[in-house]
Amino acid sequence: MSEPEAQRPAAEPAVRFRGVTKEYRVGGTVAVGLKNLLLRLPEVAKDLRRRPRFEALHDVSFEIDPGECIGLIGPNGSGKSTALGLMAGVLRPTVGSVETHGHISPLLELGAGFHPELTGAENILLNGVLLGLTRRTVRERFDEIVEFSGLRDFIHRPVRNYSSGMVARLGFSVAAHVDPDILLVDEVLAVGDEAFQRRCLEKLEQFHEAGVTIVLVSHALAFVEALCDGAILLERGEVVAAGRPDEVISIYRARVET
Amino acid sequence: MGARAVAGSFQQRLDVVLVLLGKELKVRYKNTVLGYAWSIAYPLVFALVFYFAFKVVARIQIENYALFVVMGLFPWQWFQNSVTSANGFFLANAPLVKKVSFPRSLLVLTGVLNDLVHFLASLPVIVALMLWAGERPTPGWIWKVPLLVAIQFGVTYGLSLVVATANLFLRDLERLVGLGTLLWLYVTPVLFPWDMVPESIRWTLWINPMALVISSWRQTFAAGPLAPGVVAAAAAWSLGLSLLGQAVYRRFEGRFAELV
Repeated sequence: MSEPEAQRPAAEPAVRFRGVTKEYRVGGTVAVGLKNLLLRLPEVAKDLRRRPRFEALHDVSFEIDPGECIGLIGPNGSGKSTALGLMAGVLRPTVGSVETHGHISPLLELGAGFHPELTGAENILLNGVLLGLTRRTVRERFDEIVEFSGLRDFIHRPVRNYSSGMVARLGFSVAAHVDPDILLVDEVLAVGDEAFQRRCLEKLEQFHEAGVTIVLVSHALAFVEALCDGAILLERGEVVAAGRPDEVISIYRARVET
Repeated sequence: MGARAVAGSFQQRLDVVLVLLGKELKVRYKNTVLGYAWSIAYPLVFALVFYFAFKVVARIQIENYALFVVMGLFPWQWFQNSVTSANGFFLANAPLVKKVSFPRSLLVLTGVLNDLVHFLASLPVIVALMLWAGERPTPGWIWKVPLLVAIQFGVTYGLSLVVATANLFLRDLERLVGLGTLLWLYVTPVLFPWDMVPESIRWTLWINPMALVISSWRQTFAAGPLAPGVVAAAAAWSLGLSLLGQAVYRRFEGRFAELV
């Protein structure tokens, strides 16, 4: 973890935010009715532009070095998920720039791409290619993925019959087998039973040891402290503190209590 | 690490399209008993309705009118199904668009390919009706069918991209598109031949890409010669609309995750 002002490390950072501001237009769409749409098209277009804006991130800058594990912490609505979305490339900054180097595996929502009517096995293929693998690679890793999920007995059943914990397990298993350089984890370890959570943690530690960059959003502060090399505290879209996890967490705790 | 898994290569994109397409087809047929029959039943029932209205009641002067309608209606159904369902191509995959970074235009591509598969699967029905009426496919189909598929694909894909993107901003578009394609059907020579359109308004057929495409399909099926001017104009429309669709999609792609 390094501040933008600090000395730049030799290697290129895995993630770099430079003066990032992200605005959302509140109320993404406008329902105006067919008549208005046809009769007042220019005005409708103007309304679309005039919607109020909401700033989720304001002038945020930081760098994450390759191989670092960084915890993003902060209260609800502080911009953590927006920051992850920007890293994942599904959102684009309004101002500033976001750079990432390496193949990203987002664990933003486990099983996001699953289709309930398809079986677990079919969904592994679907999710695998959506996360950037070829069909051949997914097939090569299929057994590993199934093994890790512990769902071998259910793998040929439709996912609509799975419990939410089982969906999460399968989702994590796929995401963990796509060879990421950067792993984005958004509070997903709260699901699944304790045994599976432990295996997720082990897997994250393995990734960490293997030099994978990990960005973790979590309210489980003890977990951030144990696993991460650094932490960033966000509040109302701004970086309030960044540095060693224990220090940042105590700043966070102090601010919450007052 | 990760070198093998680098996204964005052609093979990888092709795999995404194939897997998504496989998903669509599987989901479509998984819980239906009649499966394939359903995708044929729809245009056939429409053809029957039009046969009754135009041939039996209005006594249109066309031989084998049922066959005539089917030849135009089947390719038209591909176009209409894709453009209409384009409204939901991004919305129906909201979790993906929100959470995973991949080229979202692949969702539209898959949707249009899905309807193309169903159109191709309906060709045997046209052939069966032709044989019944004493006509038969010609060797020219071998190059004419792929050519027209390519041209109609461009028109359909381009417009579907525009519709899918625009619908994220204006949800009302869904109704507008439903109404629009319905009107479009009646100004296109699907139910009547090109020549029956009055001279004074026949120019409108040249600014209607689907008129050019459908009339070429019918020429092909009815073993007539393709009109080079009509095919060229259709190809120009096809290219133009594909580029337009790409341009609109590129312009707004970055905001999709906020809008679905």
